[in-house]
Amino acid sequence: MTSPVVEVSHLRKTYPPSRTAVADVSFDVARGEIFGILGPNGAGKTTTVECLAGLRRADGGTVRLLGRDPQADPRSVREHVGIQLQEAALHDKITVGEALDVFGSFYAEQADPAELLDLLDLTAHRNQQFGKLSGGQKQRLSIALALVGRPQVAVLDELTTGLDPAARRATWDLVERVRDAGVTVLLVTHFMDEAERLCDRLVVIDGGRVVAQGTPSALIEGLEGHRGVRLRFTGDAARTRALEILTALARQDDAVAAVNPAGDEIEVSGTRTVLFAVVQALAAADVVPDDVRTVERTLEDVFVQVTGREYRAEENEEVTV
Amino acid sequence: MSAVETVRAPGAVRARRVRGFGTLLATELKVWLRDPTAVFFALVFPTGLLLGLGLAVPAFAEPMTEAPPPWNTAPGITSYLPTIIALAVGTIALTTMPVQFATFREKGVLKRLSTTPMPPQNLIGAHMLINVLALLVSCGASVVGALLVLDVPFAADPLTVLLVLVLATTAMFSLGMLVAARAEKGTTASGLGMLIYFPSLMFSGVWVPLSVMPDWMQTIGLYLPLGAAAQGLTAGWFGTDGFPLAQVLVLAAWTLVLFPLGVRLFRWS
Repeated sequence: MTSPVVEVSHLRKTYPPSRTAVADVSFDVARGEIFGILGPNGAGKTTTVECLAGLRRADGGTVRLLGRDPQADPRSVREHVGIQLQEAALHDKITVGEALDVFGSFYAEQADPAELLDLLDLTAHRNQQFGKLSGGQKQRLSIALALVGRPQVAVLDELTTGLDPAARRATWDLVERVRDAGVTVLLVTHFMDEAERLCDRLVVIDGGRVVAQGTPSALIEGLEGHRGVRLRFTGDAARTRALEILTALARQDDAVAAVNPAGDEIEVSGTRTVLFAVVQALAAADVVPDDVRTVERTLEDVFVQVTGREYRAEENEEVTV
Repeated sequence: MSAVETVRAPGAVRARRVRGFGTLLATELKVWLRDPTAVFFALVFPTGLLLGLGLAVPAFAEPMTEAPPPWNTAPGITSYLPTIIALAVGTIALTTMPVQFATFREKGVLKRLSTTPMPPQNLIGAHMLINVLALLVSCGASVVGALLVLDVPFAADPLTVLLVLVLATTAMFSLGMLVAARAEKGTTASGLGMLIYFPSLMFSGVWVPLSVMPDWMQTIGLYLPLGAAAQGLTAGWFGTDGFPLAQVLVLAAWTLVLFPLGVRLFRWS
């Protein structure tokens, strides 16, 4: 099975009167991947997966899911795709066990409810009503419902929003277990750290367009000046001297891209050999830093580089184009 | 293996009935019974009101001496029973049902179902069945209570009563569906439902009994679904004024107008 499980090509969707939610989005997902759709709120992520699931009609482009066209025949993908939507989607008075049984009954092939409850740590809450579950428990039930029909593809939309850090980490482990069970996972998220931690590959969407795609590590490696070093010195004199040396170094050595004072520290960025170059230059001038730290680059830096602005998850709430 | 499924699935899905409807119906019924407010208004309120008035108000126990025989010996509450049946229909259609449907939309249940092989239309269908069931229980309890506890004589023309009840149900459920068609929230549907519910009650004789209602109110009532229902049920129960043709036509007309409108305007997400 080398053909992609999901193929999205030049997808476009405009809401009346003129709000373009998705301008041009293309990507492929291979079987068994955890694939991320990452971007700030309002970037067009949910609209993209809704078109993909056949819940919305796209204005342009093509979508293929397991070789079928969910736009032309939404029913054809229902059996094989499990979707966990952002909002709570159950009656407050239905119990966990009842919800699993009733959703399971819709599918030709059903997962064993007891196994699912166990996988999602919900066995103890089997007889509890939905309205009385905690946020994390609701979220886990929502994932269980997405998996109850033994789907080949699971779409998980913002599944850790509103969860505390411990519950988030537990949910991440769970997503990996789901993938290990053979399900291709499409993860929609506005959390950079979540995407970086979980995704095999991802697309970054901004303003309805793909602005970056690849594996998290390749995206970070691809950053200009993707390695950073922070240096601290005792006394202004030493720092000023170091700044002069490093600024000169940046002009001569391609390994050093930028030198910036940052509070009482100096931040230097550059290629893989930046640390070596910096330490060597300072040692040659006999300037000894108190502390040297390497700075980790993240997907957030990727976002800043490709969009030219800082990443704020809540921005673009009302994009009008 | 996947390739084989790919070829077979679409035809197979079309050929068989929707899987899981029985489980859906049974679960929804169980969950419905857990809502005390809905259960009270749908099942208990009409019969409770009838029995309460019949037992507590002395005038309702006295025979209707001015009515044509054989009704001149029947207790006064007899003329209130058709109104109570109309009330039972109106209460379910305008208070219970629209709130349920709008809440499904508000909670994302309809949208969630659209991602499964079970179309959300079937959830609404299941609840229509549950509401019909509730209606039968509620009306049945009113009639049985009236006959056994209040000594109300049985209907002169039960088939007419049944026909009017069926048409009243189709007209009022269509109206309830229309009320819920666009509401984003349960509370919105509730407010809109109440706005129609209370005037409807007035014209169906809940507050001013049909027997003493002024002519102009009766005329307006004839053209309203719940008013026509109460009048038609009264005509069928007493059987003294002939077949309630105008009321039956009015109810059929409301159904024919409201049902397609409700279905067309209903937002499924």
